[in-house]
Amino acid sequence: MAAITDSWATRGRPGWIVILFWGLLAALPLAGLFTNDPSFDYYMFMGQAMLINAIAILGLNLLIGFNGQISLGHSAFFAVGAYTAAILMNFAGFPYWTTLPIAAVICFGAGFLFGFPALKLEGHYLALATFTLAIAVPQLLKYKLIAPWTGGVGGLILDKPDPPEVLKLSPDQYLYYLCLVVAMLAFWIVRNMLRGRSGRAMMAIRDHAMAAATMGINTARYKTVTFGISAGITGVAGALSGITVAYVAPDSFTLQLAVSFLVGLVVGGIASLPGCIVGGAFIVLIQNSSQSISDWMKVTFSLRYDVPAWAIYGVLLILLMYFMPRGIMGGIETLWLRVTNRKEASS
Amino acid sequence: MKLTRRTALLGGAGISIISRAGRAEKKYSTGVTDTEIKVGQTMPYSGNASAYGVAGRNQAAYFRMLNETQGGINGRKINFISLDDGYSPPKTVELARQLVERDQVFCLFYPLGTQTNTAIHKYMNQKKVPQLFVASGASKWGDPKEFPWTMGWQPDYHTEGSIYGKHILTTKPDAKIGILRQNDDMGVDYMSGFREGLTEKVKKNVVAEVSYEATDPTVDSQILQLRNSGADVFFEITTPKFAAQAIKKVAEIGWKPVHYLVSVAASVGAVMRPAGVENGQGIITAQYLKDVTDPKWDDEPDVKEWRAFMAKWNPAANVLEGSNVSSYAAVHGFVHVLKQCGDELTRENLMRQAANIKDLTVPLMLPGVKVNTSPTDFYPLQSLQMARFEGDHWVLFGEMLSLDNKA
Repeated sequence: MAAITDSWATRGRPGWIVILFWGLLAALPLAGLFTNDPSFDYYMFMGQAMLINAIAILGLNLLIGFNGQISLGHSAFFAVGAYTAAILMNFAGFPYWTTLPIAAVICFGAGFLFGFPALKLEGHYLALATFTLAIAVPQLLKYKLIAPWTGGVGGLILDKPDPPEVLKLSPDQYLYYLCLVVAMLAFWIVRNMLRGRSGRAMMAIRDHAMAAATMGINTARYKTVTFGISAGITGVAGALSGITVAYVAPDSFTLQLAVSFLVGLVVGGIASLPGCIVGGAFIVLIQNSSQSISDWMKVTFSLRYDVPAWAIYGVLLILLMYFMPRGIMGGIETLWLRVTNRKEASS
Repeated sequence: MKLTRRTALLGGAGISIISRAGRAEKKYSTGVTDTEIKVGQTMPYSGNASAYGVAGRNQAAYFRMLNETQGGINGRKINFISLDDGYSPPKTVELARQLVERDQVFCLFYPLGTQTNTAIHKYMNQKKVPQLFVASGASKWGDPKEFPWTMGWQPDYHTEGSIYGKHILTTKPDAKIGILRQNDDMGVDYMSGFREGLTEKVKKNVVAEVSYEATDPTVDSQILQLRNSGADVFFEITTPKFAAQAIKKVAEIGWKPVHYLVSVAASVGAVMRPAGVENGQGIITAQYLKDVTDPKWDDEPDVKEWRAFMAKWNPAANVLEGSNVSSYAAVHGFVHVLKQCGDELTRENLMRQAANIKDLTVPLMLPGVKVNTSPTDFYPLQSLQMARFEGDHWVLFGEMLSLDNKA
């Protein structure tokens, strides 16, 4: 699978599908004008969670999908971003939106520095090294010396930002737009980067590091910087999560979060930009639906015992991987190619 | 008709009669109909704290029993929606919003965990949806001024910690105290109560305080560290797995301190037996629930009823797990409050009734433990009795220590 190239990521102009897609996402909150559904704000909140996950997966995808470095520790950068936002808002009184670029810079720094030791490690070894990050960070957050800043085990409670009055939006609609704008910006930056020289260099390193070095690419620099950018993007997602949930605590950023990013990435499609959004939506939806399926099975078959929701989750994942080994976007692409008589298959 | 003062008065009286009659009739908030009360819950069925998920399953079984044998409460079936938050606060926020906004529940009952409940504390109070009988021993759930829609249930860790502190102060004021604590909110809460109980004078007697993480494999090195500090009193703030390890290790290295163990870990089935009963002799704890493994209680009607319930409605559960006892007691408290509400099933009335419980006796509580609340006292349970491990069960001693009416 050395030559996964994403046609959508590297195509010249954004296609009409892309424009239509983002336009649709931007129009969603307007549905609130026509519906009196009391759960509308809840759906907006789900939308925020999906977008935040999509951004985090985008960061991870840049690293794994386009640069070939594996990370199991992106929950750590997510946590650093969330805590950066929380601490700045809580102790320094920063407006919430200023914390986003700061979180990006701090996480870039953290990722960049971690990128150096990571240079010595390849493949599985790198996965293990990043794994330690995911394990260590929740504990470090409880550390006595920094507990006055992080709130220790109790975490930090934040104020949810109010929307500016001129916009006449509910807080959840507003936060959805905030997430959407950040997401669009992040995807735009990544897409432009991938289309340029740096993107080609990143992918060259992924496909054959030695060949890339022979062609004059500074692999060490590219790898560390990619790690930094990846961590920075995920950190921004973390900051957004802190702002929208209005609470940060060490238990929010466990290894399970890192794994769910990875699941989202693989399910959405490795090295696919739209796959990030699919993956982000997937990890929010799947847990709730596996619970519903479990309840449904219990009622329909009048079972005496619960069907474990996580077992259903596992079965769904296996089925998905079996039928769409390249993730949902990969599956769609394959289908598309089949429909168009493999016109593009040869190119 | 000319409007005279008399007709106006008559009319006013008529309206007030009608409105009074209206009050005696049914009055519902969201989530309640003539046939159903929708109750939500968040519970860690998966993740680090999944052992506590037992509580949610047991309560679901209880509501099922209630619906099928008694037709619910006052003719209204309980539609109990208990969701898995995996002990992750952002997930809890998402699920609480789902329950409140999409599923339109009447209230949340017994949502479990301190960080998870902290995450929704503000939200529930902004939405004015009851967050009733929170399953966490943190002391922050009893703050009716700031959070009138939230109430705890079990005796809080702070109160319990202070009981141990006071006991050491009176029985062994020259003690050299070594403490092992889990590095989380539970450990912090117990410690603050413990120090308060010890008072300023004795606080300096704490010679060593070591902590461990809930994810650690063992606490062996911590135990050695405590023994080497020269402590002769050992206060152990641990969860079941680590409590069993610690008790075993203490016996193995021949250390003989006066040993205090917090109630969270004082389970015979999950701790004392795995650790070896001979190693646990003399350990001191505090209790508010009956130790169902103690044959002494076997003939009590509430214990019999509980056993019959477990056998029929929740046969898959392990009856030795403490959560099956505590969750059963809590569900009775909740059913009591719902019954008190009568046909006025509004969220306001639910909180009003929850804040006006007088001397309620709940199954499986020790004799003398009563549930008491008031509009300024949101701590339902604050009585504990000390117990010592003798033979293969806990033996109560001393009198019931009640700290009710703490503001």
